[in-house]
Amino acid sequence: MGKQSTLDRSILLQAIKESFTKLDPRILWKNPVMLVVEILAVITTYFTIRDIFGHIGSVWFDGQIAIWLWITVLFANFAEALAEGRGKAQAETLRKTRSETIAKKLIGDKTENISASQLRKGDVVLVETGDFIPGDGEVIEGIASVDESAITGESAPVIRESGGDRSSVTGGTRVLSDWIKVQITANPGETFLDRMIGLVESAKRQKTPNEIALTILLIGLTIIFLLAVVTLEPYAVYSGMTVSIPVLAALMVCLIPTTIGGLLSAIGIAGMDRLLKRNVLAMSGRAVEAAGDVGVLLLDKTGTITLGNRMATEFVPAPGVSAQMLADAAQLSSLADETPEGRSIVVLAKEKYNLRERDINSLGANFIPFSAHTRMSGVDLRGREIRKGAIDSIERYLTEKGETMAPEVKSVVEEIAKKGGTPLVVAEDAKALGVIYLKDVIKGGISERFAQLRRMGIKTVMITGDNPLTAAAIAAEAGVDDFLAQATPENKLTLIREYQSKGSLVAMTGDGTNDAPALAQSDVGVAMNSGTQAAKEAGNMVDLDSNPTKLIEIVEIGKQLLMTRGALTTFSIANDIAKYFAIIPALFIVTYPELRVLNIMHLATPQSAILSAVIFNALIIIALVPLALRGIAYRPLGANAILRRNLLIYGLGGLIAPFIGIKLIDMLLVALGLN
Amino acid sequence: MTGNDFLQLGFYLIILVLLALPLGRYMAKVLQGEKTFVDTVLGPLEKLVYRVCGIDSDKEMNWREYAVSLMAFNILGIVTLFILQMIQGLLPFNPQGFSAMRWDLALNTAVSFATNTNWQAYSGESTMSYFTQMAGLTVHNFVSAATGIAVAVAMIRGFTRKQVKTIGNFWVDLTRSTLKILLPLSIVGALLLVSQGVIQNLSPYLTVNTFQGGSQTLAMGPVASQEAIKELGTNGGGFFNANSAHPFENPTPFSNLLEMLFILVIPVGLTFTFGHMVKDTKQGWVLFAAALILFVLMTGVSYSSEIAGNPLISKIGISGASAMEGKEVRFGVVNSALFATITTVTSCGAVNTMHDSLTPLGGLIPILAIMLGECVFGGVGAGLYSIFTFVILTVFIVGLMVGRTPEYLGKKIEGFEMKMAVSAVLIPSTCILLGSALASVIPAGTSSLANAGPHGLSEMLYAFSSASGNNGSAFAGLSANTYFYNIALSMAMFIGRFGVILPLLAIAGSMAGKKVTPVSAGTFQTTGGLFAGLLAGVIVIIGALTFFPALALGPIVEQLMMWVGKAF
Repeated sequence: MGKQSTLDRSILLQAIKESFTKLDPRILWKNPVMLVVEILAVITTYFTIRDIFGHIGSVWFDGQIAIWLWITVLFANFAEALAEGRGKAQAETLRKTRSETIAKKLIGDKTENISASQLRKGDVVLVETGDFIPGDGEVIEGIASVDESAITGESAPVIRESGGDRSSVTGGTRVLSDWIKVQITANPGETFLDRMIGLVESAKRQKTPNEIALTILLIGLTIIFLLAVVTLEPYAVYSGMTVSIPVLAALMVCLIPTTIGGLLSAIGIAGMDRLLKRNVLAMSGRAVEAAGDVGVLLLDKTGTITLGNRMATEFVPAPGVSAQMLADAAQLSSLADETPEGRSIVVLAKEKYNLRERDINSLGANFIPFSAHTRMSGVDLRGREIRKGAIDSIERYLTEKGETMAPEVKSVVEEIAKKGGTPLVVAEDAKALGVIYLKDVIKGGISERFAQLRRMGIKTVMITGDNPLTAAAIAAEAGVDDFLAQATPENKLTLIREYQSKGSLVAMTGDGTNDAPALAQSDVGVAMNSGTQAAKEAGNMVDLDSNPTKLIEIVEIGKQLLMTRGALTTFSIANDIAKYFAIIPALFIVTYPELRVLNIMHLATPQSAILSAVIFNALIIIALVPLALRGIAYRPLGANAILRRNLLIYGLGGLIAPFIGIKLIDMLLVALGLN
Repeated sequence: MTGNDFLQLGFYLIILVLLALPLGRYMAKVLQGEKTFVDTVLGPLEKLVYRVCGIDSDKEMNWREYAVSLMAFNILGIVTLFILQMIQGLLPFNPQGFSAMRWDLALNTAVSFATNTNWQAYSGESTMSYFTQMAGLTVHNFVSAATGIAVAVAMIRGFTRKQVKTIGNFWVDLTRSTLKILLPLSIVGALLLVSQGVIQNLSPYLTVNTFQGGSQTLAMGPVASQEAIKELGTNGGGFFNANSAHPFENPTPFSNLLEMLFILVIPVGLTFTFGHMVKDTKQGWVLFAAALILFVLMTGVSYSSEIAGNPLISKIGISGASAMEGKEVRFGVVNSALFATITTVTSCGAVNTMHDSLTPLGGLIPILAIMLGECVFGGVGAGLYSIFTFVILTVFIVGLMVGRTPEYLGKKIEGFEMKMAVSAVLIPSTCILLGSALASVIPAGTSSLANAGPHGLSEMLYAFSSASGNNGSAFAGLSANTYFYNIALSMAMFIGRFGVILPLLAIAGSMAGKKVTPVSAGTFQTTGGLFAGLLAGVIVIIGALTFFPALALGPIVEQLMMWVGKAF
């Protein structure tokens, strides 16, 4: 906790410093609205200086406007710098591990120790027990257990080996045992992490398509209000009055959308930061935006919808056999079976029939392991011969013994298969005792999650290699909208194209090399960090935790990003009405005292009215920084419900808040004698 | 509001919707090339037009080709009309022997009629020959309105088509709109007006003896035929200078009701046409509802202000409380306020009352209605395409709040559309603000003013708003027939028209090329009361806030000063 707060303080100090360096117009031109404010600040400052030496206008008043215009720009810069700082800190903690690593570069048969930063794409390095992997790469030889907790936070080591879908390694992780040869796949500065850091640095950041569109709108509004203010001068001249330039500058700054203009890039960076916090690396801001638009989620059954393994959930005995007997036989046959399925049988027998787990060795049993030939496993124990396996193997086993399978058992087996389960038949001494019902276990809470997604208008599709019957049963239980059974890379790709041609954006996760085409085709392709290099290159995001369920969170982050942008735009535009009521009467009241009635806030003096509006305009930026960084509250609801809610808060709030804020500031100014 | 006035307003709106609904469906059929009952007569005529003009009616155009055809047609129209006015002295049907017009006035008039503005710096009865009125002005009354419909229908195609480049054929849209929509309606309309006493002849002006023994010249002419299209095409260019206040143009309360219906029936009908063409009538209703909210509000303010009248005048005791100056007694306050609102929310500009004489607040409404971009029902076709601009802005600003990239009718709104939509709002606003700002500080601008102070500013604002918004009505106090105003306003009219049409055609083209995202629970809904309210709100905020400072110095301050007893 203490470390966190010092970190925050250093980020804060850095952000304050950068607020000033960002005043450089060469940096600020990326944010046209703020550039306009800066230009107006310069002009107002010039007039203040002129006031001081020429004694023409009011130094006190013009000076205050100038100061607040500068503060407006600084606040906007601060918002951006803070978002950047937090994002960079996040990325830096991930990067720290890899920078000072020594790499054993292979040249011929010999290794040479060089610094990791000198490695280039294509170099091959040897990584042995205890070594850090010096860069992102692919295992080309060997097998090793790797501790990836530095990036995933997961303490259990993972296996990395050449070939197959577990060949990719990430820089900064550590080999715990054995050795591997790794071919480096990225130059320093081009790794996934480096690219992600680029997304949170405003200087390198590319604007996303929606940000570009929004910026165009903001520039348009700025030009419109520029015209409205500039033409006010001739109208005023016609009406026989003069309006001072600093006052016009104040009006202009209040009317142009400074709130959203100041916070826009902070919102974007903060969105990336939120992804990074969840250990997801995005390759582009465009991908995060697309995540908000996703209409179809393709989810792998295993690991996302179901727990990885099947579990025994029921013992169905044959006629004349008690469930207790069946459970006993099933447990005995599974004692030495270390597969998760085997363990689950032992556990079920214990929980349901109170059969204690027996010690294998003391029983003097002879275990028959599963073999490809018999496709059964079992145990021989004091003359008892227990076997378990799929129905056809047990049937073959019974036939050899001259027995037949009871038709009741067969119908139970069919029944279970139809429900999407896996039936295992248990036989003892040439008699089928019954069936173990192995079931895919749906993850807790996942069907509620799908219901939420449906309310948000997102369709879920389960991808599985199972046969259609099994797939349909699991799909129904999990509550997905559709499924693709007997999935192959080809029909997965076809499915994505089909949805896309109907206009939907598709998101999916994948890890294998054969997922790469589908990952590349999808609009949001999240590659698992444990997956192959090819998969990571094809997707546009990488999940360091390799958790396929995270796709749902990614969609939520995308939506929240867009919502925050929309809410603050609406707020910013709605603010203008109150500012008009503050400034317009103040501008012309000397010539036309009748305009007094428009001063519905009863602001003390024309000067205090104008100052209050300018001050409110600056303060609202800093007040909204936490919201811009955190994102507005997200709820998984339909569009209509979300709209009504956000409109009430940010639309209506945007109308009312400035009336109250400006009045309070005005009262304060009067109290302090600053008017 | 007295019960009777309320009844009249309600009655008008009900009849309007009852007429617009079937018309909307009919127009959808015509514009999509489906068979209708007029085909037996007009079908062969349409084919004849294509054959004579060498139009391949099956050829589809992309937006650039569409825009080029449209611009070529309109510029040619301007040039022809200009020449026609310059040589009218040599042409037939000129019993009064009017000679050529001054070049700047001819230019102004040519641009004015080609852009559906019908700003009239001239008096029809003392400058225009019957030939110019019929072969020049009336023709443009048809084709400028048809141009508007063509652009609107091209935009609708942009929304409905998927992943194609084309948005229709300009010549076909123009021909169908003219022949099958405007022509039949105007014939029926003209006959109805003649039944009320609107004149239709080619006779020289009559000189009659008055009861008091003096003599008076009565201007004559083919009025009824131009009158009907003047309103139906939201053109507004009166045959006579007094426009629809003239008894030969608008003789009875019933003809007044007819004219008010003619002005709005096509713009309202087109909102329903839109619903039919996108196969979701609710999408049409929501545009209707948003416009109706603003329309009723503006009519209400205008009416209340006129009923309350000018305290300065009522104090003198020469009339009742309500403002009757500049109004025809045969129409009264409610029908004058209603007509003024109808004619300015649409880009019509026909008037049955003198807007210059309205109370300041009552006069604010027409200016504001024009400044909002003529999108509250708006001109024929122009209203629909202008409101699409605001729909796009609303969807973009508010739509983001549901957490998706904004989309309208399943089409994503991206940088290009935003650039074009912003241009379509910015260009006419720029014309209004810069034009009137220029006029307010140079002698050429201020010397034309009949009134000083805020009212004079209102007159200049009105002139540039009316020209840029292609409305054409005027605050009569301004003498507009000067080199400065003729030329400046010609430019405003041209830019205000095509500076909106071209960006919107570009949007149509870009939209047509996009995929359609299927509707789901996550889609921002663009139907229903909430969206109608939001759309109206965005129109007011973006449209009105731009002009609030200017209006504050014009009509708003004038109204406030009137209340405390100052006038100009």
